[in-house]
Amino acid sequence: MTTTTATSHDLQHAPSGGGWRRLLLHGGLVRALWMTPLFGAIGFGIVVLIRWGAGWHPILLTEPLVLVAALVAAPLGFLAGIGAFDYWAYYALGYPTRAEDHSGHGAQSWRDYFRVNTDHKVIGIQYLVTTMFFFVAGGLLAMLVRAELAKPGLQYFDEQTYNGLFSVHAALMIFLFIIPAFAGLANYVVPLMLGAADMAFPRLNALSFWLLPIAGIMMLSSFFMPGGAFACGWTGYATLCSQHQPIGAIFFNQGVQWAGASSIMTALNFLVTIITMRAPGLTFWRLPLLVWANFTTSLLVVIATPFIAGSQFFSMFDHVMHTAFFDPVGGGYPLGYQHIFWFYSHPAVYIMMLPGFGIMSEVIAVFSRKPIFGYRLMALSLMAIVVLGFSVWAHHMFVSGMSSWLRVPMMITTLLIAIPTGIKIFSWLATMWEGKLHLRTPMLFALGFLSMFVIGGLSGVMLGAVPIDIHVSQTYFIVAHIHYVLFGGSVFTIFAGIYYWFPKMTGRMYDERLGKLHFWLTFVGFNLTFFPMHILGTEGMPRRVADYLPKFADLNMFISLASFALGASVIVFLYNMITSWRFGEIAPANPWRGMTLEWLVTSPPPTFNFEEIPQVVGSPYEYGVPGAQHAILAPSKARELEEVPV
Amino acid sequence: MRKGSIVALLGIGVVAGGVATAIALVPTWLPERASREADRIHFVTWFVIVICIVIFSIVAAVMVYAVLRFRVADDDEEDGPPIHGNTGLEITWTAIPFVLVTAIAIVSAIVLSRNDAQAENTLRVNVVAQQFEFTFSYPDARNATSPVLRLPEGRSVELYMRSLDVIHSVFVPQFSQKEDIVPGLVTQLHITPTRVGTFPLECTELCGLGHSLMRSEAIVMKPAAFNAWLKQQAPAGKKG
Repeated sequence: MTTTTATSHDLQHAPSGGGWRRLLLHGGLVRALWMTPLFGAIGFGIVVLIRWGAGWHPILLTEPLVLVAALVAAPLGFLAGIGAFDYWAYYALGYPTRAEDHSGHGAQSWRDYFRVNTDHKVIGIQYLVTTMFFFVAGGLLAMLVRAELAKPGLQYFDEQTYNGLFSVHAALMIFLFIIPAFAGLANYVVPLMLGAADMAFPRLNALSFWLLPIAGIMMLSSFFMPGGAFACGWTGYATLCSQHQPIGAIFFNQGVQWAGASSIMTALNFLVTIITMRAPGLTFWRLPLLVWANFTTSLLVVIATPFIAGSQFFSMFDHVMHTAFFDPVGGGYPLGYQHIFWFYSHPAVYIMMLPGFGIMSEVIAVFSRKPIFGYRLMALSLMAIVVLGFSVWAHHMFVSGMSSWLRVPMMITTLLIAIPTGIKIFSWLATMWEGKLHLRTPMLFALGFLSMFVIGGLSGVMLGAVPIDIHVSQTYFIVAHIHYVLFGGSVFTIFAGIYYWFPKMTGRMYDERLGKLHFWLTFVGFNLTFFPMHILGTEGMPRRVADYLPKFADLNMFISLASFALGASVIVFLYNMITSWRFGEIAPANPWRGMTLEWLVTSPPPTFNFEEIPQVVGSPYEYGVPGAQHAILAPSKARELEEVPV
Repeated sequence: MRKGSIVALLGIGVVAGGVATAIALVPTWLPERASREADRIHFVTWFVIVICIVIFSIVAAVMVYAVLRFRVADDDEEDGPPIHGNTGLEITWTAIPFVLVTAIAIVSAIVLSRNDAQAENTLRVNVVAQQFEFTFSYPDARNATSPVLRLPEGRSVELYMRSLDVIHSVFVPQFSQKEDIVPGLVTQLHITPTRVGTFPLECTELCGLGHSLMRSEAIVMKPAAFNAWLKQQAPAGKKG
């Protein structure tokens, strides 16, 4: 912490009146505490006034009131209260904007993580901690689902609650864990890898983060609504979700909007940052593959996410305003929902995979001590997945009753995606070949990812073939497949990434033995839980059921027990993270001997990352090439580093 | 590569393939087949599973071998050889998957078109789905209705399906055929039963609170028995 930032930090928090006055009026959680209900009340008032003025009875109608007051106005009040709009509000209202003193940059104490902070490193950690909270919440919901499924018949929950449990589980894991956890990791690492001081739009970045807790709380709180949580699956198919659900359904519709807005803003930020803020010499063909992965992911997010926003708006309009986008009685088309939804949600599978591919490339190259095999083809295959990813959505609809001619073309594009994906897997294997393998925790998770993702990819090829899909779609085979892809795939890469950059983020090392224990518990628990689901599926057990035929009872009991063990493995992870963050060994700048730019600065990095702008001179993966460097810092700095004995 | 490493690599591959094959063969994966469509779909399934086992064994062999052979001690600071790529290899692992997925696509497309082709003398059955029950009716028997799906063995059957509320689905695992039932549309499903018996018929599309109990049965009968049953539903002389 330099003297300059300390002074400006104190300046901003200097009391402008009494202590209470400062607390109530300055952006922060206390101001959010009164602005949230205030905005909610204003929203409530607007609806009442309009209904009263127009003579619509009853004036106090639940759906529009909850939608406007609780799901739109109150969250805006929260954002305004916490201070996410302060700068723009001053600017728009013609007040003198405070000159940027960077006081919102960096974190001096834990309290700074509960404020609007514009530092990408602080935001990255805010993202990761928040998404871990929702990961645990979503995991607990899954445990409840498995408790109910341990035996046939209904034991603990009624159907509405049960359907709500798996729906909220999936929604949290997708929208509040996997997608934003990758955004959090990339937030921390991408500007560092680019040699930039921060993201291109730091205030937008802060706003993106603060939308997330809103989305998550909205989805979770739907359990407490009359009629229960949204219970139509995370896919929210019309007309079940748009016409036959309690009010909880619009908590899902709106929650997706907040999470989606967050995603889009972050993706725009990444695109601009990656295109315009690369260090001198850092051409596209010298970018680390993690940056390539986030570049392509951001393209997918920006192009696809508006489609799910549209699908959820239309579905909600059908519910609240009795429009007929998807209601056949009013001329609507229920399959229209599925087409729009999957036009986002299939690319979303790659939004949840590509950043993980990026993490894998970093981890495997560093821990194999070899250059990435076929670097350019690795980058190009990411682009191929982006392009092909938009032409396969209807493979989720092979049995939906859509035009049957669409099936064969969509099968062909779906199967073709196996090729760029295969290229990546074979290239990682070739990177390991003849390397010097260090089986540290991130590398173990990378190997776990490789083996599990191959299984998920191969069951994906099976699902891509229409005749097989007709038999196994909507069964437990699908549940097995998506967990092999999103847990064996995405979650393993998130764990690998967290362990890999933990020293950089916290300045401390994690406990290697606990890390390895966590890996083995997860790996074994994961396979025991999800592999048998393939068998249940091919035998014909439908997914999304609270009750099933007695012949499936033994396997289900086995799966439930395994899933509790898998759930327990997360405790090891959390314990390791918390204790290591506080008491872990002090981490050096470059514990893994990596070449990318983030390892050239201290752990954790200084507030503005680089005291001198690095000059990039070569590829980021030149392991084993004598004298090769990815980047050099300004001469004075470089000399200084050389003089430090290792 | 040395000869010893090739042998080791092959050995691991064979073991991995053996384990995968055992997993594919020992548990009962697919239900007994009870329709001509199921025969073809099971064929595609096993065709793809064989390809999957081969690919999985290759990946597993390379990975396990690499971990065993190239692992070094934590304090080893040496780097591996700076190999940046190999165009021949990269073309190979682009081309071979291309050939494999093309083969899968062709086989699948042929099976799909044959499974959807109706034979002469196809029996029409109308299906109405609503929360949470199916009703089957037979135009040949003056739209007589039945809560279970009765079908004659060996005859091509086409279901014409409508929903009164939300999306439902019809799935009989032994027939391997499935299709959603969408409000506002009439969707079709083609089945040619080949085995006499009673099979579970279930809704596989989440349709609300009673979804997990939305079940019925498909009963395949000898053609003579079926015709007798059909006649009983709509006695002669009462033509509509």
